[in-house]
Amino acid sequence: MSERQIDETSGVETTGHEWDGIRELDNPMPRWWLWTFYATIVWALAYTVAYPAWPMISSATTGFLGYSSRADLRSELGAIEDGKAGYVARIAELPVEDILADDGLRQFATSAGAAAFRVNCVQCHGSGASGSPGYPNLNDDEWLWGGTPENIRISIAHGVRFAGDGETRFSQMPAFADMLDRQQVSAVTAHVLALSGEGDGSEPGAQIFADNCASCHGEAGKGDPELGAPDLTDAIWLYGSSVEAIAAQIRAPQHGVMPAWAERLGDTTVKELTVYVHSLGGGQ
Amino acid sequence: MRFGAAIIGVGLFAFVALVGAAFGVDAPFRQHMWVLFFTLSAFAVILMRRTSFAPAAPADPASYMDEPVRYGAIATMFWAVVGLLVGVVVALQLAWPDLNIEPWLNFGRVRPLHTSAVVFAFGGNALIATSLYVVQRTSRARLFGGDLVWFVFWGYQLFIVMAATGYLLGITQSREYAEPEWYVDIWLTLVWVAYLVVFLGTILKRKEPHIYVANWFYLAFIVTIAMLHVVNNLAMPVSLLGSRSYSAFSGVQDALTQWWYGHNAVGFFLTAGFLGMMYYFVPKQADRPVYSYRLSIIHFWALIFLYIWAGPHHLHYTALPDWAQTLGMVFSIMLWMPSWGGMINGLMTLSGAWDKIRTDPIIRMMVAAIAFYGMSTFEGPVMSIKAVNSLSHYTDWTIGHVHSGALGWVGLISFAAIYHMVPKLWGRARLYSDRLVIWHFWLAMIGIVIYAAVMWVSGIMQGLMWREYDAQGFLVYSFAETVAAMFPYYVMRAFGGALYLAGALVMTFNITMTILGHQREEDPIGGASFQPALKPAE
Repeated sequence: MSERQIDETSGVETTGHEWDGIRELDNPMPRWWLWTFYATIVWALAYTVAYPAWPMISSATTGFLGYSSRADLRSELGAIEDGKAGYVARIAELPVEDILADDGLRQFATSAGAAAFRVNCVQCHGSGASGSPGYPNLNDDEWLWGGTPENIRISIAHGVRFAGDGETRFSQMPAFADMLDRQQVSAVTAHVLALSGEGDGSEPGAQIFADNCASCHGEAGKGDPELGAPDLTDAIWLYGSSVEAIAAQIRAPQHGVMPAWAERLGDTTVKELTVYVHSLGGGQ
Repeated sequence: MRFGAAIIGVGLFAFVALVGAAFGVDAPFRQHMWVLFFTLSAFAVILMRRTSFAPAAPADPASYMDEPVRYGAIATMFWAVVGLLVGVVVALQLAWPDLNIEPWLNFGRVRPLHTSAVVFAFGGNALIATSLYVVQRTSRARLFGGDLVWFVFWGYQLFIVMAATGYLLGITQSREYAEPEWYVDIWLTLVWVAYLVVFLGTILKRKEPHIYVANWFYLAFIVTIAMLHVVNNLAMPVSLLGSRSYSAFSGVQDALTQWWYGHNAVGFFLTAGFLGMMYYFVPKQADRPVYSYRLSIIHFWALIFLYIWAGPHHLHYTALPDWAQTLGMVFSIMLWMPSWGGMINGLMTLSGAWDKIRTDPIIRMMVAAIAFYGMSTFEGPVMSIKAVNSLSHYTDWTIGHVHSGALGWVGLISFAAIYHMVPKLWGRARLYSDRLVIWHFWLAMIGIVIYAAVMWVSGIMQGLMWREYDAQGFLVYSFAETVAAMFPYYVMRAFGGALYLAGALVMTFNITMTILGHQREEDPIGGASFQPALKPAE
């Protein structure tokens, strides 16, 4: 152990300790440091008196400000709910057509529906509601199950081919791989493409279409929203527009499923979603 | 016979692994035991090839046991490069999700690989190596425990290998920064107790009257990590031959236990341990006395006492009761000055030697490290304030905060310590190149600044987008829109990380050349005129 000595550079005395050549100066703690430290301690004590802090035997002190994060959240949400209450009550009562007829209600329901859409629907239909393969684009004015407000409301409330809902949209296209051979499938594929102006099609293809497809999709291929049979003339393809994709859809169709939302979100939110979705593509 | 006991021990251990591989009840466990078996078998073969029957020369008890430190310095550099590289990969995965390669290299498995590799593999090896270096020199005593030191070193590497391969196989107990399952945790506990015995034994047989401040911090780190590790990992295995276990805690108690562990992993692993490093290497490199002994005592005890209570600030606005949130917050605020005590003592130690920032790139790196330490220990208390936390929590701001501490403080102080130690450990006059240290410094510096700044912007943007609602109380953005808005920041962040990795590669080259005994011809930093006395007379 070396002796206390004066460090030449700083003029400060050392503590007299030395380890591997390292010595220590005997500087006092910086005053600003010490006083700031004290200040944070005083502040901390004051804060614990003001807010819930000290654990006791069966509960904790509540603090003289009476703060509670749950009460805080309740009052913030409550204020918002109160502001909405008038609109929400009327939306709950009225059918969607009447909501659309009232400018104020329609605007509120569109905002509310858009917010619900962002949380519940964008996962499949996309942030801009423009869909993706297998998930319909909601911005166009083509509606698989009908575009009237009531049609849209039923689709949202009960879903499509959703096993948990008795009123769900259930119809689906049969797989034609068992009924048509390869040549017939490619002939009818060419005809389906020709319906939307792609290529020429052929006489046998048209015949196969009339025999097998027209009962649902219609003679002219215009589809039938009652059955969820898509319009084949609009060049909108849910599962892809290539020859292979269309042929695959004829042989063994994929059938999308959409959950029923009425039980999960309630009728009011479903109506708001209806108004919003109806506004996207210029509903029918 | 040299390595005789070690070969038998490793062989038996490999046999146990083989039993596990044969009778394991789940496929990941069997795969993991195969990994363990082959690792141990390879190790046994290496030991056998190096064995000899000549009687070993007894170690000189007056000399320092530096061979494990040399291994540790190399392991530190190796894991630094691995950990940083994986970090760049996960950053790129965030920007381009197609880089998720299922199943082994998806984000969920690679992210803990990154955090564990940088914190425990790089940081842990740096701490173990420097603590063994420092405790010998400041105690004037050879390491206690003899071959136990080798068990600590190799046992710790085995822990890292088992943790990392476990993650890639999908084995995790889903506790952040404590993902390894029960059997790997038990192994780490054994290694850690051995580490404590070595360190404490060396202090007990010291020839200095006092225990140096660096050793207080190292000891606090070792003891507290042992406690945190054991409590946080209390769990019941489903089977002794399976990879699953259930935590002893449930619900919010479990969450609080995890963050009591998680925050103190930051406090005692990434702060206390590296302060120990700072307290030895800064005065050594600067050749100046420590600024204030009194400050070091007070800030040490204040830090140790306050840090342990700050964990609840990770659970603001959750199911955690309000009173616990309040305490987590006020302890974090009180922690501000105790943390800064270390910064003051580190920086002020340079008083009388400030010119060395210009002439000594290692000092420059140390100063930057301490500055980042001060910055992130200010940012931390700010983020613990509930009002700030309601914006910052769950956002990239938190990740940016962690990285300014990890890249800035932990990374740079460890690099500086390695630069200081390596020439001494291998008996070289100096590093291969001081100029390359300056390259490393600037690559790291620019990388950190890009990373931290980008994460502030993106984190605050993200927080504001999440909470944005319109006048009627309706949500404005969908979650996917907030993710899309992050894209440019994810790319910039990956770039910042890549620069930091590039700096570490420059260092690896420099250190390798130094170890191999090369010296690059270069002028002294800051101009030759500063060292006229060093010119030999004709």
